[in-house]
Amino acid sequence: MRWGAFFLVALAVAALIFGCASAINNDYVFFAGYTVLQFIVLATAWNILGGYTGYVNFGSAAFFAIGAYSTVFFYKFYPMPIPVLILIAAVISGLIGLGMGYLTLRLRGAFFAIATLALAVVLQTLIVNWNYVGGSRGAYIIRPSSVDYIGSYVHYLFLIMLALAVVALTIAYAIEHSALGYGFATIRDDELAAEASGVPTLKLKLIATTLSGALMGMAGAPFPYYIGYLQPSSAFGLEYAVNSIAMPIIGGTVSWAGPLVGAILLGTLQQYVTVTISSSVNVLIVGVLLVAFVVVAPNGIIGLMRSIARRGRRERKPA
Amino acid sequence: MQLFSPELLINALIAGLLLGGFYAAVTLGISISFGILDIVNIAHPGFIILGSYIAYILNAQFGIDPIVAALIALPAFYGLGAAIYQVYYVAFETRGREALSGLAFFFGLLFITEVLLILVFGVDYRYVQASYIDQSINIGFVNLPKRMLIPCMISILMFIVLQLFLSRTFMGRAIMAVAQDQLALRLMAASPTRIKRTAFAISIATASLAGAFLIIIQPVEPSVGREYIGRVFAICVLGGLGSLPGTVIAAMLLGVAESLTATFYGPSWAPAVSFGILLLTLAFRPAGILGR
Repeated sequence: MRWGAFFLVALAVAALIFGCASAINNDYVFFAGYTVLQFIVLATAWNILGGYTGYVNFGSAAFFAIGAYSTVFFYKFYPMPIPVLILIAAVISGLIGLGMGYLTLRLRGAFFAIATLALAVVLQTLIVNWNYVGGSRGAYIIRPSSVDYIGSYVHYLFLIMLALAVVALTIAYAIEHSALGYGFATIRDDELAAEASGVPTLKLKLIATTLSGALMGMAGAPFPYYIGYLQPSSAFGLEYAVNSIAMPIIGGTVSWAGPLVGAILLGTLQQYVTVTISSSVNVLIVGVLLVAFVVVAPNGIIGLMRSIARRGRRERKPA
Repeated sequence: MQLFSPELLINALIAGLLLGGFYAAVTLGISISFGILDIVNIAHPGFIILGSYIAYILNAQFGIDPIVAALIALPAFYGLGAAIYQVYYVAFETRGREALSGLAFFFGLLFITEVLLILVFGVDYRYVQASYIDQSINIGFVNLPKRMLIPCMISILMFIVLQLFLSRTFMGRAIMAVAQDQLALRLMAASPTRIKRTAFAISIATASLAGAFLIIIQPVEPSVGREYIGRVFAICVLGGLGSLPGTVIAAMLLGVAESLTATFYGPSWAPAVSFGILLLTLAFRPAGILGR
């Protein structure tokens, strides 16, 4: 399937989802659905770097928060429609991803991971000390009650996140089926051999970091409108860092479907757990699942399903 | 911003050196696991907080001094470290999956320890009691609080013991050899796995003491550990991977830099210092101060 065809199929599925959600016509569906979609975008973005090239980014929360705070900044500075804000967030967080990557990706793999861990702490320090965007007190975003042609503002936000999910998945699919994707895979499998055979590894890694960072920023840009009141601790929330790693790894990192499956399963589970039990149990469940999967099933759910299918084929065809 | 005065500057420098001594204790474990064994144990701060809570329990229940409590808990941490290395070895090193899955594994462990502590103890700040915590020694205008001085001194003692162990004993030299050439070690009929298990267990054992120091210095709640991730790796990289003396020097430098920043710009900027140092080191001298 060409990526254009994939895009059209994804668009059709998205239209179907929006149709179904509108038919149910319950605002909770839109609120919960927004969170799950946001995790689909974050998990897919993480996987473009983590799954395809094998470089771990622990700073998803930082990139997400860059997107969210660029919205807060422009909300105060010069209000603009959300799609424009999303593009601005993409540029800013993409550039920060590029800079981080340039400093750390020339060294061994672990340095990039460590630098991204530290990035979240530092950006949070910066935001806490920056009064214009609310500082440690946080910032209020007054969201309009309705939007032309769509109706309720929550429906509008849901639609935007749905579109972002379609874009993110299409980018992931297109990368997988292009020369870029094969280049990424050579880095993941053996970077030294790739470098020796003439793959421009640094350039490819920087492309992956920039794309991944930009998508995470885009996921964060509508967030202030969704939550209404943005504090540093909610923008830099633990759940973004943990989930954007756990979802692709639990789903399976080798294909675009892995983060999608992981995000839908974990995202829905967490909506349920947070409502019925508590949010710390939520993080605990995700942490335990993450450790269990990397130890027992490192290829995730997609990998498990593939190996079951392979076994089935072998049994039908006696050697 | 406060007015500049030499007394203030000297006190800030000394406070920074004392803080640096404590940072050395926090980082020595990472220096062994990440620097020597190449195991990126980002869960280390989580184990340090675990150490703080064990010191807290023994202190609150039985009135044991926190440092003595840490020494009591040391064997348990050693065992925990050996067990974690065994899982890591079987699940990741034998499969050649350290890079992605191994990192995710430790990341998961970090959050599991943090959330379990939150579920058991809540998010209240906990502190320990000991006679020396509120005392301080005054020499002229120089103020030496004992709650900083004692961790700093024991931490330096810990560094000396570890350095002697690594350079003088057979096991210590074997650990240094693992970092250089595992294959050669195997040809000498020594098991790299067993040596690495011992070294990793030692690195986790240091978390017990570092945890006790942390709760002596400041009240602790479960998420405090995350603030130390950036610091410990900044120190480790700045010092030069695998060099314990480099780690101590870098810890002192970071301590002084943070103390000066906190004194002259305000404490809320202190966490950014370690990141700045980390980025500058990676950009200009990735091998660190005493790197190979």
